[in-house]
Amino acid sequence: MKIDANARYRTSHEWARKEGSVIVTGISDHAQESLGDIVFVEFPEVGKTLKQGQTFGVIESVKAASDLYMPMSGTITAVNEALGGDPSAVNKDCYGAGWLIKFEPTSPAEWDGLLSASDYEKEAAAH
Amino acid sequence: MPFIPNTDSDRREMLAVIGKPSVESLFEDIPKALRYPRLDLPPALSEMEILREIEALAARNLSSSTCAWFLGAGAYNHFIPSLVPALASRGEFLSAYTPYQPEVSQGTLQAIFEYQSMAGSLFGVEAMNASHYDGATALAEAVLMAARNAPGRDTVVLPAALHPEYREVVRTYLEPLGVKFREYAGSPASAAASLDPSVSCLVAAYPDFEGRVHDLSGVADAVHAAGALLLVHADPILLGLFKSPGELGADIVTAEGQALGNAMNYGGPFLGMMGAASKFVRKMPGRIAGQATDAQGRRGFVLTLSAREQHIRREKALSNICSNQGLVMLQACIYLATLGKHGLRKVAELCWHKAHYAASEISKLPGFSVPKDTFFKEFVVKTPVPAQTIYDKLSRRCVVPGLPLSRYWPDRTHELLVCVTEMNTKEQIDLLAASLKEASK
Amino acid sequence: MNLRPEPLAYELSAPGRCGAALPEPDVPETALPKALLRDDLPLPEIDELTAVRHFTRLSQKNYSIDTEFYPLGSCTMKYNPKVNEAAASLPGWRTTHPLAGAEFSQGALELMYRLQAMLADIGGFKAASLQPAAGAHGELAGVLMIRKWHRDRGDLKRVKMLIPDSAHGTNPATCSMVGFETLTIPSAADGGVDLAALESALDDTVAGIMITNPSTLGLFERNIERIAKLVHDAGGLVYGDGANLNAITGIFRPGDAGIDVMHFNLHKTFSTPHGGGGPGSGMVAAGERLADYLPGPVAVRKDGRFDMAMPTASIGRLKAFHGNFGVLVRAYTYIRMLGAPGLRRLAETAVLNANYLKAKVEKVYPLKYGRGCMHEFVAMGTVAEGVHTLDIAKRLIDYGFHPPTIYFPLIVPEALMIEPTETETRETLDAFADALVKIAEEARSDPELLHSAPHVTPVGRLDEVAAARCPILCYRG
Repeated sequence: MKIDANARYRTSHEWARKEGSVIVTGISDHAQESLGDIVFVEFPEVGKTLKQGQTFGVIESVKAASDLYMPMSGTITAVNEALGGDPSAVNKDCYGAGWLIKFEPTSPAEWDGLLSASDYEKEAAAH
Repeated sequence: MPFIPNTDSDRREMLAVIGKPSVESLFEDIPKALRYPRLDLPPALSEMEILREIEALAARNLSSSTCAWFLGAGAYNHFIPSLVPALASRGEFLSAYTPYQPEVSQGTLQAIFEYQSMAGSLFGVEAMNASHYDGATALAEAVLMAARNAPGRDTVVLPAALHPEYREVVRTYLEPLGVKFREYAGSPASAAASLDPSVSCLVAAYPDFEGRVHDLSGVADAVHAAGALLLVHADPILLGLFKSPGELGADIVTAEGQALGNAMNYGGPFLGMMGAASKFVRKMPGRIAGQATDAQGRRGFVLTLSAREQHIRREKALSNICSNQGLVMLQACIYLATLGKHGLRKVAELCWHKAHYAASEISKLPGFSVPKDTFFKEFVVKTPVPAQTIYDKLSRRCVVPGLPLSRYWPDRTHELLVCVTEMNTKEQIDLLAASLKEASK
Repeated sequence: MNLRPEPLAYELSAPGRCGAALPEPDVPETALPKALLRDDLPLPEIDELTAVRHFTRLSQKNYSIDTEFYPLGSCTMKYNPKVNEAAASLPGWRTTHPLAGAEFSQGALELMYRLQAMLADIGGFKAASLQPAAGAHGELAGVLMIRKWHRDRGDLKRVKMLIPDSAHGTNPATCSMVGFETLTIPSAADGGVDLAALESALDDTVAGIMITNPSTLGLFERNIERIAKLVHDAGGLVYGDGANLNAITGIFRPGDAGIDVMHFNLHKTFSTPHGGGGPGSGMVAAGERLADYLPGPVAVRKDGRFDMAMPTASIGRLKAFHGNFGVLVRAYTYIRMLGAPGLRRLAETAVLNANYLKAKVEKVYPLKYGRGCMHEFVAMGTVAEGVHTLDIAKRLIDYGFHPPTIYFPLIVPEALMIEPTETETRETLDAFADALVKIAEEARSDPELLHSAPHVTPVGRLDEVAAARCPILCYRG
C-alpha cells in the first residue's frame, strides 16, 4: 500500500493535499486497489460548495461503486477532466495524475481534524 | 413424478451420504409447530387432465383470431410472423437466465445488443436498455430518472390524454417521493411554451391515448429552454413511418413494445422499452449490453455499466429492477430484424390507410362523428347511443368495436376508441361500420 | 455450443431484402402527412431463412437448463415443463385482450382468481395480488403497502427499513424508491439475524424489516417467529422476500410465522421460464394487516361471475393491465400438476439435493456457516493460493456446467452459491460434485488451466473494463 506522506486522509479513503490556497483530493492507493480497475468517475460541478463529509461524486469499477466524500468543506475549483476519457490514471497514479478534484476550503481549520499519513496507514491496514 | 426424478431409494442413499436419518430431519431449523401445514389445494392432475382444464378456461375468452377486432388502447392486435415465437421458444433462449456468465450467454447478450441497436434506430437514440416490465413502468421509471436529474424541480407535466392506467402507475411510483403532477390538455407544443422552473420534465405521448399524432417539432427546444427534459412515449409501430423522438430532440424515450411481435396475452407479458440520449446513459436504469473483446481480439458482448444497478449499488441504485422482460425483448428483436426497414414501414402504412378508411366510413354513419386531428391507427368515435351498449351488443356477435371511454371516464358515455391495424381487412371494417349503424338504431 | 462467430443482423443485410410478406392495402389509400414522416428507417434487410439461421445460431451460444445443469444460486433454475408452454400458448390466451371486459374474459379471470387463492394458501396468507411483474416489483408493492399502512394510521415518522446484511441488493434499492432509509442488521455467528442488533435498532422510526427466509446463505431463520414478534411489538411490519420459497413449499408457510406481506417469484418456485432475464412474476400475498393494501385490481368473484376490483386501501396500480398473465398461466399449470403432496415433495427434494451436494464438496470447498442448508448452500472458492472463485466458475464451463452464483452474498468471501433444485437427477449432482473436486485439484497442480478458462466457448473472458470505460451500446455501421 502506497501512502503519500504529504497528504492527510479520511477513513473513507480520500486523501487531501495542500497546493497553495487550494486543496487537491483523490482516493488512496488502498481504495483504488480494493475497487479494481476504475471505469468511470462522476464529478461535481465546478463552483459548487460542499460541506465536509458530503458526497462530491462517485467512482466506479466494473463490480463496485463508491461514493466520494469531501475531506473538508469547500468550493470546487477544478475537476480532473483528463479522467473522463481514461480513468486508468486513478489506478496507476492515484496521488498524482489520478487526482479527482481541487477545491478552495471554506473552513481551513478542518485540515487539522484529518488523519495523518501514518494514522491512515494503520487504519487502512486494519481493514 | 416427471419433474422430480429422485426416487425413494435415491433418497435413502443420499441421506446416508449426508448422514441424516430422514428427510424431515433436514428441516429441523423450522419451528416444529409450524412444520407441514395442511394445504387446501385441489388434487394433482396429469398432463392430459390439466390441458383439458386449461383449454376449457382459455375457450371462455373473446379472441381476436375469431372476431373482427378493433380494440386497442395499449394492447394491440398486430401480425406476428411465425418465425418469431418459433425461434424465441427455443429452450436455449427460454430456459437461460440473465447473462451473468458472458462466455456461455453470447446468444442472449448478442440478441440484447441487436435489440438495443434496432430499437435505438427506431427511436433515434444511441442508448436503449434491455427492457422494463411494460410501457407503464418504463414511463414511470423514466419520469423518475428525469426527476432525479433535476433535484430542485419537483413537478412533472403529463398529457391529459395519457393512457389512464399509465397515469396511475406513474403516480404509484412517484408520489411517495413527493413528485407533483400537472396535466395539459392541448398540444405538447403549447404545454412546452409555459413551463416554469419547478418542472423537471414534460411527457409527450406519440400518439396520445386518443390516437392523435401531435407535431413535436420545436417542443424539445422549448422544454430545454425551460431547463427541463423532454420525455417522449411512443408507439413503436408508428415510428415505422413518423419522425423518431430522437430526431425531434427527446432526451428520454419510452414505449410499450408488445406490438413488436408479441401477442396480446390478456395484457402481459409485455415489453417496456426505454432509451436515452447517450449523455444520459449512466443515469438510465435497467440492464444494458455492450460490445467487448476477449484476449484473442474476438468480439463479444457483456452486461455493462452495472455499477448503476441494485446488485452493486444497493440503496443508491437508480432502480430496484433485476428480472426484466428478456424473452419479450427477444421477440421484439426477432420481429424488428425480420420485418426490417421495409416491413415495418409497410405495417405502419397499412395501419394508416386502414384506420383512415375506417374513420371515413364511420363518419358517414348517421349520428357518428370522428375528429379532424391527425391520427395514426386509433381515433375516438362519437356515438349516438352509449358506447358501452354498442360494445356489449357487438362483442356478443364477435365484432369487438373498440374501447368505450366510459370505462375510464364515467361521463364520456358516447365515445368509442377504435383501433385499426394491418390485421383488419376491408371486409371487417365494412362489417364494423354496418354493425355500428345497426346498433345505433 | 456453436463456437463460430455470428455476425449481427445488420451485418447480414443486403438492400431490398425483407423477411416478412405483407399484403397490399385492400382499402383506398389516404395521403400520408409528409411533414411528419421520417426520412430513413435504419433497420436490417434480411430474408426469412437468414433470420431463422441467425437466431438459431445465437441460441446455440447459450447455456440453458434445457442443455446444461444450471445451479445458479438464488435463481432456482429448475426444469421448465413443456406443458407450461403448451398451456400458455393456447389461442384463447394469446389472442385475448386485457380490456375486453369481464363478460368476455371469464376464463382468464377465473384462472387468476383460483391462482390467487392457491398462492395465498401456499404462503399462509389471506389474499394475493398478481400485479407485480418480477420479484423486485413485488418488493416495491410490499414496501409501498407497509408505508401506506403506517401513514393511514397517521404515523408519518416511520421511514426506516431494517435489512439484514445478507439481503439481495433489490431490498435496499426498493426502499430508496419509496423514499425510505435503510439500516443494515448484521448476521449472527450462525448466519441468522443478530437479535441483539435487531432489538437495539427497533424504535418508533422503523417501518419494518425485510427478511429473506431461507436467507441468501441458504439457511432457515430459526428465530423467525421471535423476529416477527419483536418487530410487531415495536410497531413495525414484516416483509418476506420469497426468493427462496423453493425450500419450503408445503413444509412451512411464512404467513403462519407472522410475515405480513411477501412476494413469490413464480419464475423460480413455480417453474416458469427465466427467458434470458424475464419475464417473471413477483405476485404478492398479505395477511390480515395488509390484505386490503394489495396492489390492484385483483380478481374477485361475485354471484358466480368473475370480475376485477381494487382492494379497499390499495396502494394502486403497479403496471398496466393484469400482471404478466402468460406467466400466471404457466404457474397455475404447474401447481395444478403437483398438488399439495407434489409441492411438499418438491421442497423436500430441493433441500435433499442441496444437502447431498454440500456433503460431497464441503471438505474441499469450505463453508463459512456449516449448519444444514436448505435448498442452496454457500461455499468458498478458497482452494488454492492465487486461484479465485471466478477462475473456478470459468473452469466449470469447460466441464459443461453453468457456474453457480459467485461473489454473493457479500458477507461470504469468494462465495460460490450453489442451488441444484429438485429437478436434477442424482447422477447429475454426482457429476457436478466430481467436477468441482477435480477443479480444486487442478487449482493446485495447474492453476493456469483455471486462469485461462473457459477454453471451449465462442469467446474467452471479455474485457469488461474497456467495455465500461468506452461503452459501445449499439451497432454503428
